[in-house]
Formats: sequence, C-alpha cells, structure tokens
Amino acid sequence: MNFLYAAYGATWAIHIVYLITVYLRYSRLKQDVDELRKSSR
Amino acid sequence: MRKAFPILGILTAIFLSYALYLALEVAPREQTMGDVQRIFYYHVPSAWTAFLLFFINFIASIQYLVRRSRSSDKVANWTLITVAVVTCIASVVIAMVPDLKKALPQGTYPSSIATTGIIIAGMYFLIRKYFSVEAVDALAVTTAEVGVVFCTVVLVTGPLWARPVWGIWWTWDVRLTSTLVLWLIYVSYLILRRFSSSGQTPVMAAALAVFGALDVPLVYFSIWIFRTQHPQPVVGGGGSIDPRMLHVLLMNWLAFLCFAFLVCWSRYRLERIKREVEETQALEALLEPRSVPR
Repeated sequence: MNFLYAAYGATWAIHIVYLITVYLRYSRLKQDVDELRKSSR
Repeated sequence: MRKAFPILGILTAIFLSYALYLALEVAPREQTMGDVQRIFYYHVPSAWTAFLLFFINFIASIQYLVRRSRSSDKVANWTLITVAVVTCIASVVIAMVPDLKKALPQGTYPSSIATTGIIIAGMYFLIRKYFSVEAVDALAVTTAEVGVVFCTVVLVTGPLWARPVWGIWWTWDVRLTSTLVLWLIYVSYLILRRFSSSGQTPVMAAALAVFGALDVPLVYFSIWIFRTQHPQPVVGGGGSIDPRMLHVLLMNWLAFLCFAFLVCWSRYRLERIKREVEETQALEALLEPRSVPR
C-alpha cells in the first residue's frame, strides 16, 4: 500500500512541480511585457 | 477560448478526482499483486499520453522541416496521402492472405495497419491546417516538454511497482531501457532548445525529434517482439483484462488526456508570447539610438 501511495504521490508531485515552473516562467514573461510597455511609452 | 480555460480546468480537476476514486476504490483488487497493482492506472495512461505527445512532436518537427520549402512540402503531402492509401490496401491484402496475417506481431490486426496510416495522415493534415510554420515549432517544443513530464512519471511509477512485485527497482530489459533512452533523447532535445542560441537550433532540434520518435514504436512493440521481464500487454495484443479494470484504465487515460491538453495549451501560449517578446526586444535593441564614440 505504501508503494501505491508513493507512486500516486510522486505522479502529482512531478506534475505540480512542472506547473509551478510554467507559472514562474509566465510571471517572468509578464514582467518583461510590462517593461516593454513602459519603454514604448 | 481564454475564458473557457478556468471552467475546463475545474472540470478536469473533478474528472481527475473521479478517476482517482475509481482507481483506488472501484477497480477490483488484483489477486496476486494486491493493491500495488493499482499503480497501473497511473503508469499506463501516463505512458500512452507521453507516446501521443511525442507523436505530435514528431509530426510537428517533420512539418517544420518540410514546410520551409514549397517543393518538399508538396512531396511530404503526397507521401502522407500515399501512406494512408498504401496502409488501407495492405490491410485488405493481409486480411485476405492467411500466411501474411500470421506473420503480423501478436496483437496486431490487419485493420490496425490501416488505422495507423489514416491517423498519421489525418493528424498531419490537421496540424498543417491550423498551425503556421512558426506555430508548428512552438507546438513541437510544447509537446516535447509535456511529453517528458509524462515520461518521467512512467519512469518513476514503474520502479515503485517493480520493487514489491519483482523484488528489484530496475532491470535492463528492452522495454525499460528503450523507455529510458526515449526520455534521454527528449531531455537532450529540450537542453538543445534551451541552451543553443544559433538560428539553426529549431532545425537541429526538429531533426533530433524525428530520430527520437523512431524509438517510440520500439518501446511500444518491445514487449511483443522481445522476451522481456516487463508484463505482457493486457489491452489488445491477446491480453485479457477484467472489463471493470479496463473501464477504470480508460477513464484514467481520458482524465490524463484532458489534463495534458490543458497543460499543453498553457505551455503553448507561453511559448508564443515568449517569442513575441523576444522579437519585440530584438527590434527595440535595433531601434535604440547608439552612443557615438568620440
């Protein structure tokens, strides 16, 4: 049973870590877009 | 479409929770392995999703390579039409000749040859219709990255199942080794895309992806072709599975497909915005007045 929970837990840990990296990249990109908007004014 | 994203996200979360409930509570307990067999409901759908994403990456990479020249684009289109027609004819011929039918790998039906050909051609023309050359490259990056995530899940959940069942975490049999090689190929693809700044990077990456995709059929058919320690196929391929287990497996796969679609969608949008920002930054750098040295 421990192995089953470890496998399910590991699956969601991998997906959540990936989603966090996507979110962080998106936040960084948003900053770049804001900076570009400021400089174009 | 952007407004639909949160609603689809919530629906997918509900579907994934329901699929988890099915896997843990509704699916019958396997007699010899016990509850640890339930890892199968996450391991197999993740593998199928990874294969599908690598397949889309393969088609997107081919399109990126051929659509840059009009003549090669035409040749590719006609090749795909030929593939669809030839596979349909081949499946009819194989079905009519018993000796040829016997020569097929176990679990392969003549109709599956035609289906494969039609799916490949259909997917090719679908992507061609809705994605420009630049968009197809972004699609290739997206599917490779999400595919690697799902392949990582496969490589992690597999040993967690193997330890209590086989008594070992890992063995170098063909299915396991070819899956690891597949993962390494796509990781190198992502490293190439991330760290190479050459203008030829997308072309080199597309060529690498085309070769990498050749490993997918080897991974998939390895348990039919070679004698492996990995369990024999339980779906298709002459395998038998309890219909209740099959139902849970397919529901989990569908839930993971919805999840993969949403993740790909977000990642694809991120890639497109990133490219636009990089183009604007490059343009701004060119237009910026330079200080003249005295």
